[in-house]
Amino acid sequence: MTTATVSPVETPRSLKSRILGAPSAGPLLVLIGFCLIFALSNPRFLATHNLSIILQQTVIIGVLAIGQTLVILTAGIDLAVGAICVLGTIVAGKLVNLGYDPVLSMGFAILLCTAAGLAAGGLVSGLRLPPFIVTLGILGILTAALRLISEGGAFPVRDPFLAWTGNTMKLGGFVLTYGVLIMFALYAIVWYLLNQTKWGRHVYAIGNNTEAARLVGIPVRRHLLSVYLLAGLIYGIAAWLALGRIPNADPNAMQSANLDSITAVVIGGTSLFGGRGGLIGTLIGALIVGVLRNGLTLAGIDPLWQDLVTGILVIIAVALDQMSRRKS
Amino acid sequence: MSAETTPLQAIGTKPHIVLEARNVVKTYGHVTALDGVDFELRAGEILAVVGDNGAGKSTLIKALTGALHPTSGEILLDGVPIHFKGPLDARHAGIETVYQDLAVAPALDIASNLFLGRELRAPGLLGSLFRRLDKKRMREEARRAMNELKFRLPAIDNPVESLSGGQRQGVAVARAALFARKLVIMDEPTAALGVRETGQVLELIRSIRDRGLPVVLISHNMPNVFDIADRIHIMRLGRRAAVVSPKTHTMNDVVAIMTGAATA
Repeated sequence: MTTATVSPVETPRSLKSRILGAPSAGPLLVLIGFCLIFALSNPRFLATHNLSIILQQTVIIGVLAIGQTLVILTAGIDLAVGAICVLGTIVAGKLVNLGYDPVLSMGFAILLCTAAGLAAGGLVSGLRLPPFIVTLGILGILTAALRLISEGGAFPVRDPFLAWTGNTMKLGGFVLTYGVLIMFALYAIVWYLLNQTKWGRHVYAIGNNTEAARLVGIPVRRHLLSVYLLAGLIYGIAAWLALGRIPNADPNAMQSANLDSITAVVIGGTSLFGGRGGLIGTLIGALIVGVLRNGLTLAGIDPLWQDLVTGILVIIAVALDQMSRRKS
Repeated sequence: MSAETTPLQAIGTKPHIVLEARNVVKTYGHVTALDGVDFELRAGEILAVVGDNGAGKSTLIKALTGALHPTSGEILLDGVPIHFKGPLDARHAGIETVYQDLAVAPALDIASNLFLGRELRAPGLLGSLFRRLDKKRMREEARRAMNELKFRLPAIDNPVESLSGGQRQGVAVARAALFARKLVIMDEPTAALGVRETGQVLELIRSIRDRGLPVVLISHNMPNVFDIADRIHIMRLGRRAAVVSPKTHTMNDVVAIMTGAATA
């Protein structure tokens, strides 16, 4: 490539178009915009302990949104996000309260969540059922089953290991929970998988054009299975983080987790039609939701405004996605 | 069949036959899709396969690429009998197929599309343990391949959806050319394209041939066939009616053979 570095048939892409064209550029501007507004209206917003709180409040939806991103990238949707996570908290909590070893209990709970993801993936890839219906069914089954197991009510889970993710450490002026660190680690790992490995390439390819993926020899069904499996594993880890935040196993918890995680993914610029977007956007999307909630509360504004603004953002994000798809 | 005259034969050397089918039959119940068809692709040529709807073009191609199993007959690659269990077997044997619908992932960039399903991994531990892709090498290889094929494209890291239809199909064709070791089969590659875009793709098919890969081109479009084919294989009623040269036959001759109004 010494003589042909400047290839005559190529017009290189400018740095400006690369930055503006990056899928997470829009969401990042929105996030910065909200931060500026809240910081100007209330100086307490930028206080380090407030920023720590925002991160802690973002952890669960932020982690669930990782799995949701994977599923949506394959042109699917996961409505069982919250239910699978609650499965993890109930099972781990029950086992620990029965006197089992907490590490094994949590491990088993995470394994069960992974199995639930695998079941969803099996139905989607094996029987070729629409992900929407499969995960809606799993949501119903799990919700009912978990209420039966826990006899309808929430119960406290007091165990230092299960609560460990809620412990804090100081990083400069920041007080971070281990849960926050786990969230960032998960984002880093899955980002690497999506962007630097063949596995991730194929996730995008399947979401983009399943038929083309099949024609070039990608084992589409097996790949879908692996996506749902990984998503289930991530929801299981989210269950541990949830117990660290609130030491309580509640079968009625996380009812809004499905929509919240989808919101984070969509605001982050990932297309509901699959194959476009990515994890950086999702992290920004989850932070936007967290910042909005925190900033409006600090400003003393009715929290209902939060839902209203989030709703507007979702519609704008989907509209922009549609418009860019129509253009191409 | 006696009418075929190619330059190679004129010199008197027997051309190397890359892909051959002998007396291939395919029946579905009472329906005979292939009725003892012969087929012969020679080294370095563009062989067009033409025929009316239902003449058996697609069935023949599916039999050649392993997408279906012939009821009887023989298929030979470089003189060796082969039994493909599926299209993947054909790919492993060095046969690449390009389809009519644009088989690309639009949001992925050109280099990613070229290497889709055959990604290169980074050398050393990064690749073997961490499974890291070698994006730089894939981009360079993609650039080199496109230059070699003289195919005009914007930057290799642009998403495929920013390309025109002809350029997109060009990516699919280039992918086949990049990985085919024996031959490339193209099933109506320009059916979805406009006139100018078709020209781009035909040019690309020519450069593939000029690099030494033989090409089987299935097409409905007679002007295109006469534009680039070295020989024309005419299907009729599940058999090979004739193989003719565009130099010795006119489009009307070919259509007449296709419809049974004439024999070669």
